[in-house]
Amino acid sequence: MTQALRTTDPAPVLEAVAIDKYYGSNHVLKNVSLEVHPGEVVCIIGPSGAGKSTFLRTLNRLEVPDSGEVWVGGQPMGFELRGGKLYELTERRVAAQRARTAMVFQHFNLFPHLTVLENVIEGPVQVQRRKAREVRSEAVAILERVGLGDKIDQYPGQLSGGQRQRVAIARAVAMRPLFLLFDEPTSALDPELVGEVLEVMADLARDGMTMLVVTHEMAFARQVADRVVFMADGAIVEQGPVAQVLEAPREQRTQQFLQRVLA
Amino acid sequence: MSTPGTHGERLATRSPLPQVHLKHTGRWISAVIVLALLVLLAIGASQGDIDYAAIPSYLVSPVILEGLVNTLILAVVAQVSAIVIGVFIALMRISQNPVASAFAAGYTWLFRGLPVLLQILLWYNLALIFPRLQLGIPFTDIVFVDLSTNAVMTTFVAAFLGLALNESAYMAEIVRAGLKSVDRGQIEAAQSIGETPAQRMSRIILPQAMRVIIPPTGNDFINMLKGTALASVIGYMELIKAANNISSFNLQVMETLIAAAIWYMVVVSVASVGQYYLERGFDRQDRRPGGPPKATSLRRRVAADLGRAPMIRSTP
Ligand SMILES: Nc1ncnc2c1ncn2[C@@H]1O[C@H](COP(=O)(O)OP(=O)(O)OP(=O)(O)O)[C@@H](O)[C@H]1O
Ligand SMILES: [Mg+2]
Repeated sequence: MTQALRTTDPAPVLEAVAIDKYYGSNHVLKNVSLEVHPGEVVCIIGPSGAGKSTFLRTLNRLEVPDSGEVWVGGQPMGFELRGGKLYELTERRVAAQRARTAMVFQHFNLFPHLTVLENVIEGPVQVQRRKAREVRSEAVAILERVGLGDKIDQYPGQLSGGQRQRVAIARAVAMRPLFLLFDEPTSALDPELVGEVLEVMADLARDGMTMLVVTHEMAFARQVADRVVFMADGAIVEQGPVAQVLEAPREQRTQQFLQRVLA
Repeated sequence: MSTPGTHGERLATRSPLPQVHLKHTGRWISAVIVLALLVLLAIGASQGDIDYAAIPSYLVSPVILEGLVNTLILAVVAQVSAIVIGVFIALMRISQNPVASAFAAGYTWLFRGLPVLLQILLWYNLALIFPRLQLGIPFTDIVFVDLSTNAVMTTFVAAFLGLALNESAYMAEIVRAGLKSVDRGQIEAAQSIGETPAQRMSRIILPQAMRVIIPPTGNDFINMLKGTALASVIGYMELIKAANNISSFNLQVMETLIAAAIWYMVVVSVASVGQYYLERGFDRQDRRPGGPPKATSLRRRVAADLGRAPMIRSTP
């Protein structure tokens, strides 16, 4: 397959505007703004406690920002725009907005009482109300693509960590989301299982999937990302193309961080 | 010192030495004592002033059977209601709404704190303080329902309220523990695929919480089956009241009570078996369809031992 063209469509699929978030008196996100365009792969790196996870979780409103807006596919997350004002939505309506996004968690969070296939079709069938038969064959195709075509009737408890994370990715992809959010998808894996998950993610990226990935895997960022965002202390310190941020960082804090993780 | 090779050969060719096993004398003595005590007990029981031959006919007598049916009805209706109420109280307890949460805490405190017998008696005598039960709009003359309390508060209703409300407080705690046992990540995963609060509860959280909820609920139901005996105090025709009704005519107190006891044992045994199968049904993530769990884990272990890394099918 030829590499999918990166579209330069001016309309961003995801826009975070001036996000602020406090935990008590702890100012965790400080005026964070970010745009992601269709087909882009953006890696977020930064030291522990920088607010990377918190920021990612405000994007699908698992975390509610104290101020700022998140626009997903032209809709304000958590709100309805009417007459120039944003009216807060009920949790039911927010859920419908979330169904246009998907997330892959550090600890997989597969549903242990459902089989692999049931995990993957849960969202499309229950939430998106798509036809079970059609969703099922699509889910099998996705699972085959992530190398788990022979595991569809197993339960998550019977799989290895790498296999579980690939099921979680399949579950996210089956939602046909506008973009995929990954929060350190390989951090909970044994080292020998990291490769198989990164390979699946790289494959999705080649296919033109829009992805936002919080990761400590610099090699992955270098090979797959279009853009790298460096966060520290609740703010975006520096962002730009891979070559610039990873090879020739402008900010001193980026340089220090990279020295530490690449040492 | 001999070399390992010759040492091994010597061990292989030598015939095994005879072994003398422990006699377990203490075990034999204690077994004999226990058996002797049981025999003494049986002799004692057979010499008692009791008409054993009458018991089988009491077991199937219409009065006892009516008592059995009433016991079952009361226990099932009270337990099912307690489960439904308990789920609502548990949801209120964990809700963000401080008023709902406080109400649920107070509810549990009250109905768990009072003896069940006392609760049954309070309901049964409600007419002493409220002779009429009315539903209407306060401070107006509008009344939708107006009933005599004594007509409403039958022995069944009073026993039902006492047992069900008390049990619902326990069920609320059981359900709450079950809900809390589900990992927070499960809720987030359900949120991330766009499930509404109701979908998250019914499809993701409750099915997993069931594993924690069912065993204590089964225990509680067995307690409920026996707890219905308290309803005999206000004259509800359950097993014990039925037994007493017979013996008040013919004075065969023990014979009728033993018949009731046998029915309790039967019903409790059946309930225990039912609980076992219910628990198995909700344990499905531990099993693989079409194969026993042992085969699964064995196969996985062998695969792991061979160090077979899972393969990724490369896409064209
Ligand atoms: N639920 C919470 N309650 C209170 N404080 C929180 C909560 N979640 C995160 N924090 C705090 O917010 C800050 C940012 O946390 P966050 O998890 O977003 O960092 P991170 O960049 O993802 O770090 P890591 O690389 O360790 O995952 C930290 O100081 C953390 O202690
Ligand atoms: Mg994090």
